[in-house]
Amino acid sequence: MLRQCNDGHRAPCPGSADDGENGVKIGILAVQGDFAAHAAMLAGLGAQTAEVRTVADLEGCDGLILPGGESTTQLQFLQEEGLFQAVKKFAAEGRGVFGTCAGAILLATEVKNPAQASLGLLDMSVLRNAYGRQLASDVFFGSSKLTDSPMEMVFIRAPIIDRVGPGVEVLAEYLGKPVLVQKANVMAATFHPELTEDTAVHRHFMNLIEASLRQAVSAAR
Amino acid sequence: MDTKNVNGSGGADGNANEWRVKVGLAEMLKGGVIMDVTNAEQARIAEKAGACAVMALERVPSDIRKEGGVARMASIKIIREIMQTVTIPVMAKVRIGHFAEAEVLQALEVDFIDESEVLTPADEENHVWKHDYRVPFVCGARNLGEALRRIAEGAAMIRTKGEAGSGNVVEAVRHMRTIVSQMKKLTTLRDDELMREAKELGAPLDLIRQIAKTGKLPVPNFSAGGIATPADAALVRRLGAEAVFVGSGIFKSSDPEARAKAVVKATTHFDDPKSVLEASEELGEAMRGIDVRQLEEKDLLSTRGW
Repeated sequence: MLRQCNDGHRAPCPGSADDGENGVKIGILAVQGDFAAHAAMLAGLGAQTAEVRTVADLEGCDGLILPGGESTTQLQFLQEEGLFQAVKKFAAEGRGVFGTCAGAILLATEVKNPAQASLGLLDMSVLRNAYGRQLASDVFFGSSKLTDSPMEMVFIRAPIIDRVGPGVEVLAEYLGKPVLVQKANVMAATFHPELTEDTAVHRHFMNLIEASLRQAVSAAR
Repeated sequence: MDTKNVNGSGGADGNANEWRVKVGLAEMLKGGVIMDVTNAEQARIAEKAGACAVMALERVPSDIRKEGGVARMASIKIIREIMQTVTIPVMAKVRIGHFAEAEVLQALEVDFIDESEVLTPADEENHVWKHDYRVPFVCGARNLGEALRRIAEGAAMIRTKGEAGSGNVVEAVRHMRTIVSQMKKLTTLRDDELMREAKELGAPLDLIRQIAKTGKLPVPNFSAGGIATPADAALVRRLGAEAVFVGSGIFKSSDPEARAKAVVKATTHFDDPKSVLEASEELGEAMRGIDVRQLEEKDLLSTRGW
């Protein structure tokens, strides 16, 4: 488990990284969207969560979730609260970041339909509202590397990942399009795993965070 | 989590997955502000200010109040223009019980339908049977019984009725406090006391039992009706509203753009007084507002529907 060292330095304290499996603290961007659904899912998996509305709220977080919601609204808060740069720095330090739906749009290097600024943390192009309006929202099953059987996926006014760059791993697909992708410490889903009973995606993200913490420890040695 | 638990009625009468994506969209709007707009230009301003959705209508409630006449579903042309202008979800209102207006809005593919007391009711006995639609519905409520009757009919989101177009938050506060305290009471009761509560509230027993267990509505619980300032938005959020509808408050103020932004900011940072202070600064005049105690019974919008 990660503990804050007494000197206030944020790097993991030596020897603390393997204290417990689920001892991580995960921030959830809580400016707008279904942040409460992510918090409930993570609490069920034994993770500590923190609502993130300001740069200061990011402190002490080992990972960050950008939830579903409206990406235009969320983007405005990121830009005005200084969180835009802070989240980029957070990811650059190797900490885990996971975006669902609107969060995936914020993470992309390129946003289309229409074009919109983004964090550019994951090399992919994303088309907003690509399936259509709310009438096209539905629950589907798609193939996933994280589960043996097809994964249940809740799509709500979902974007489509139109292109992924080199080194981006496709962890799940629906109708031949990537719907869950990862590169190093950054993950994105165009669907809402937080709205299902299936914990596989969140467990994968927690493993990613623990791996990033171990890496930080070995880098510090 | 709300969307995992198919509510008693939704599961029996509607398709379970349909219900999940309806409540799912409501879930996505949490923490945000839904703004009333009457044309594409206002919709663009609302989106730019950070609204998480817009409500397309022909006249804002304060004008409906002033001008009188029958208030109906907005013109299709205006709704369509608004849908083409913004990327955020577009909602539109139908008259209480007017299922044909609702079918028209579904065919138009709006993202959410508000069966609203702000429009002149089409049916004084029956509300729309909302399970029949793939488009999610929001309905107003003054108390828990009313909220649960609407949910049983298929509403995927509840909002307080407040007193629309009054610029006076007092009724929204009353309705939110009532709903929250009635839910709290249910959590303290024994199983053998719940049937009596169902009878008193006029609400289905299965939903009453569910709330006795969880202490909250099975769908998102938002606030509407009279919210005019950033501090009003913070107030209803503090009382339990998960998001806020602002009607006349924005485009009837002297500075719609600045006010829209300020209300968005205060809604997100509702529990940080410094942020609400910042949001409240440098705003022009809020809409004038009405003392609802001076209104006659016939002029109240919140008593429409049951």
